[in-house]
Amino acid sequence: MSEAIAREVDHSHMTVSDEVAIQISSMNKWYGTFHVLRDINMTVQRGERIVICGPSGSGKSTLIRCINRLEEHQQGQIIVDGTELTSDLKNIDKVRSEVGMVFQHFNLFPHLTILENLTLAPIWVRKTPKREAEEVAMHYLGKVKIPEQAHKFPGQLSGGQQQRVAIARSLCMKPRIMLFDEPTSALDPEMIKEVLDTMIELAEEGMTMLCVTHEMGFAQAVANRVIFMDQGQIVEQNEPREFFNNPQSDRTKLFLSQILGH
Amino acid sequence: MSVLAKSFVRNDMLPPVVPPSTAAGPVRWVRENLFSGPLNTVLTILGALIIYWFVSASLPWWLNSVWNANSLGECRDIVTAAAGEGATGACWAMVRERWHQFLFGFYPQDLYWRPTLAFALLFVALAPILFSGVPRKAIWFSILYPLLAFWLLWGGSIWTPIVVLVGFVVLGAVYSAASTRVGVPVAAGAGVLAAVLFWLFLDAPLADALQRAIPLSIRQVTSDQFGGFLLAITIGVTAIAFSLPIGILLALGRQSDMVIVKSLSVGFIEFIRGVPLITLLFTASLLLQYFLPPNTSFDLILRVIILVTFFAAAYIAEVIRGGLAALPRGQYEAADALGLDYWQAQRQIILPQALKIAIPGIVSTFIGLFKDTTLVSFVGLADPLRGITIIVRADINWKGIYWEPYIFVGAIFFLFCFGMSRYSMYLEGKLKTDHR
Amino acid sequence: MALASDTPKGSFRLSMLIYDTRFRSITIQVVVLVLFLLALSWLLNNTVENLAAKGRTFDYGFLWQRAGYDIGQQLIPYTNDSSHGRALVVGLLNTLVLAFFGCIFATVVGVVVGVLRLSQNWLIGRLMTVYVEVFRNIPLLLWILLSYVIFSETMPSPRDFRVTDEMAAAGEEPLAQMMLFDSVAITNRGVDLPAPLLTRPLGTVEILGVPFNLSAVVFLLIVGAGLYVNSKILGRARKVQEQTGVRPKTLWQSLVVLFLPALAFLVASGFHLEYPELKGFNFVGGIPVAHSFTALLIALTLYTAAFIAEIVRAGILAISHGQSEAAFALGLRPNRTMNLIVLPQALRVIIPPLISQYLNLTKNTSLGIAVSYLDLRGTLGGITLNQTGRELECMLLMMLIYLTISLIISSAMNFYNGSVKLKER
Repeated sequence: MSEAIAREVDHSHMTVSDEVAIQISSMNKWYGTFHVLRDINMTVQRGERIVICGPSGSGKSTLIRCINRLEEHQQGQIIVDGTELTSDLKNIDKVRSEVGMVFQHFNLFPHLTILENLTLAPIWVRKTPKREAEEVAMHYLGKVKIPEQAHKFPGQLSGGQQQRVAIARSLCMKPRIMLFDEPTSALDPEMIKEVLDTMIELAEEGMTMLCVTHEMGFAQAVANRVIFMDQGQIVEQNEPREFFNNPQSDRTKLFLSQILGH
Repeated sequence: MSVLAKSFVRNDMLPPVVPPSTAAGPVRWVRENLFSGPLNTVLTILGALIIYWFVSASLPWWLNSVWNANSLGECRDIVTAAAGEGATGACWAMVRERWHQFLFGFYPQDLYWRPTLAFALLFVALAPILFSGVPRKAIWFSILYPLLAFWLLWGGSIWTPIVVLVGFVVLGAVYSAASTRVGVPVAAGAGVLAAVLFWLFLDAPLADALQRAIPLSIRQVTSDQFGGFLLAITIGVTAIAFSLPIGILLALGRQSDMVIVKSLSVGFIEFIRGVPLITLLFTASLLLQYFLPPNTSFDLILRVIILVTFFAAAYIAEVIRGGLAALPRGQYEAADALGLDYWQAQRQIILPQALKIAIPGIVSTFIGLFKDTTLVSFVGLADPLRGITIIVRADINWKGIYWEPYIFVGAIFFLFCFGMSRYSMYLEGKLKTDHR
Repeated sequence: MALASDTPKGSFRLSMLIYDTRFRSITIQVVVLVLFLLALSWLLNNTVENLAAKGRTFDYGFLWQRAGYDIGQQLIPYTNDSSHGRALVVGLLNTLVLAFFGCIFATVVGVVVGVLRLSQNWLIGRLMTVYVEVFRNIPLLLWILLSYVIFSETMPSPRDFRVTDEMAAAGEEPLAQMMLFDSVAITNRGVDLPAPLLTRPLGTVEILGVPFNLSAVVFLLIVGAGLYVNSKILGRARKVQEQTGVRPKTLWQSLVVLFLPALAFLVASGFHLEYPELKGFNFVGGIPVAHSFTALLIALTLYTAAFIAEIVRAGILAISHGQSEAAFALGLRPNRTMNLIVLPQALRVIIPPLISQYLNLTKNTSLGIAVSYLDLRGTLGGITLNQTGRELECMLLMMLIYLTISLIISSAMNFYNGSVKLKER
């Protein structure tokens, strides 16, 4: 099991409300004729922290990329914060400004300084005055513990620092939901911890989170639900303790033995 | 599944389902790729109009092609007779009558087998360089090929190329004898010096003597009989072959720490790249006579090849420099750490990798060079595009013909260049997967 | 031995010149330098001997002698009484004007084609691919010759445009008609464009033998001032956005500032177009453009545009998909993403090879020789060279001028590269 989680996690704010944040029903998606997502049904309540895992190619990344419409689904319904995702641009804009996303390869903008990376969307999407946007940006840079790097360029930072900047960049838009797409899998082992710590802090503040990750330590410490996907469908979901100690499906058992076995 | 259920297990997996017709299939393809929005629809219609205009303007011309006629006028009569007044038609009869000039210039017709054989053997010689599956020993044929091709093309005594080859043997012998005692650069210098002395003073008498003793020769063809694609390929391939080593040396010189070597290389590269090829060709035809000892005159094709080689070498040098720069510093350091000296490191570690990176650039330089061989028509050589076409159009029978020769020559150039660029893309793809 | 002075006398051996890394590079450089100087002096010596044998001197005096030949296209006044030097300048300007318009048109066509090749439209994508591959893989010379021959051999002769009284009476149409509302005539002799004229010109001023049209100068100044004021307006809009978060709309202000003063100046000086008219056997009035120029411009534009299209496409593709995804995920609209994220990065990739295409195009203008376009090579390296027989002088001067142009362009590129380099660890 991952050694990255070293500290006690404070669960006091991690309450789950009855309010529905994301509702996905009977959703199907094809790439050409390949059926990538099959009959996905899923409800996420506000404040929930969900970890999605599964073998590569199981459709887990595609699933969360559908939630902010980086991928288009062809059947079924996705409702985010009461807004249904259709090809209506207004709805897509609304959802995207409510949902933050962190990518595997950070995707910082290399031609802009860290500060400019953070203020870009608040200035152009939220129409925030520059001064104000910079104050917010510095606040979040402080939160991810790299305020001194504000005027450097992404290329001058380490991978872990870049990923923390990417998290701060999403937070600057004050999202109500955060999506993480394998945020630590492109990082060196010693940098994974600093990113996970940032994510745990976020969880402790009650953020609704969907994480595609293989960091099972993180899942056990923070998640209140683990979803296992294979062949484009949800195969098993459960509370972390049950999921790890008492997996039901054979596929889940096989996957867990592979990922925890080494 | 219940919305609030915390646990869920799927026991029977869902099979993949065919996407609904709105999500895949030809209808969706057409909608997505041709009519996905107003702008796209307008573009599709515009594109269709362009194709329609192009086809309707040129299709009758192609369909009414005439292959058997003796002059342009005759062609036109045939087209008019067949398709009515005002119809247009291509007159490929010109190509049928003159194809050999486009391909071989004024090379004697009964000797066409020689350049054809040389061209075919070119691929045999290239095989060990281009494909990894060919036995290593075949590389010896590649090394001997330039002399063989020279002999096949220009003809004359077989002893001329053989004695030139002896010069290289002298070079090799001196080098290997000296390299154990003195360093590589000194040995190489001594070898080159010995070979040059041999070529300057012993070459001609020795070849003459051998020819008199054992006369072995084929009919000689002079340079002014060269023309068409034979000329373009001769210049192109020779310049390409010789520009690579010179280009590598120039690139290494430009990367070197030695100020004098570096500035000489930079000066040469920037000068050549800064002037148009035409000025260099005029240098070959007009100025070279000033720079050489009085009363030396040598073949115009040779002079052009030398200048074109310099031209290509400067561009190749820049491409290879890009490859060298793209190598991580660690490679240089690793080579140093292994205790390799400069030339060993270059040969074993640096150059093989840098050349691999530079392959697309090298190929596109070669394509450019091959296209640029058409410029030799401005110094009076019969290149296929302008030189031969002028000759054909000067014939009273074919006066006023222009689409046909340009399409014919253009199509051949296209085949060569497009083939080369596709090959380099294939190589690029192959090398990429090799790395992963 | 001066080289040995750094080391203790006793320990120096001759072999150290080759084996000691301290001396080795110096030895090699000295050898190279000596070889180079030897070769150079050999060449110079040969040249001197050859010149002496032909009874010639090395002398640029001919540049001040009467040229005695006419140049069809001249941007500064020139007659056959002018000097060879002036002919050189006329030729150089012809080279530069061709290169200038060639670069502009090639960029426009290249960018459009490059973007269209990336479009989702399958048909357009294929069409553009065919265009790019066909033009890239066939020699430029063919395109020049072909477009020249199309203009000079398929276009109607001026008399085909004539409408005789009988034809007018019979209601017949002439064999050929002018294009674009009777403003442009394309004949087998040349293209006649409408000429911009002013009824109240400001006159001309002659500086160093070159007349400057004051109206044109004032017009350019007004346009320049408009650009300056527009940049101020944009700067203020940015300030307002920084303070309030909302960017004021500046489109109308920009349009007014950019175009109104220039238009007002044109109206005030009585701007009108003089259309070419058929008089006798040829068109008069308007601006006659020789087919050599048109054919070269078209061929250079289409050929270079094919390369530029590939550069633009590669530049946009080089920006990873993740960049625009990240921007979308932050809620930026596609056009903002293009302007703020993709283009600024793509330009860094595009501009260096683009400038080297400009360099190629400029050098390729020398192919004007194929259609007897009198550019720098046609005047200095062509007629002047043949008339004076001064091959050495003419060729060297011509190479020097081309070299200077190239070095100016490539130093501009190096400056740009240095200024936009991405900072990395």
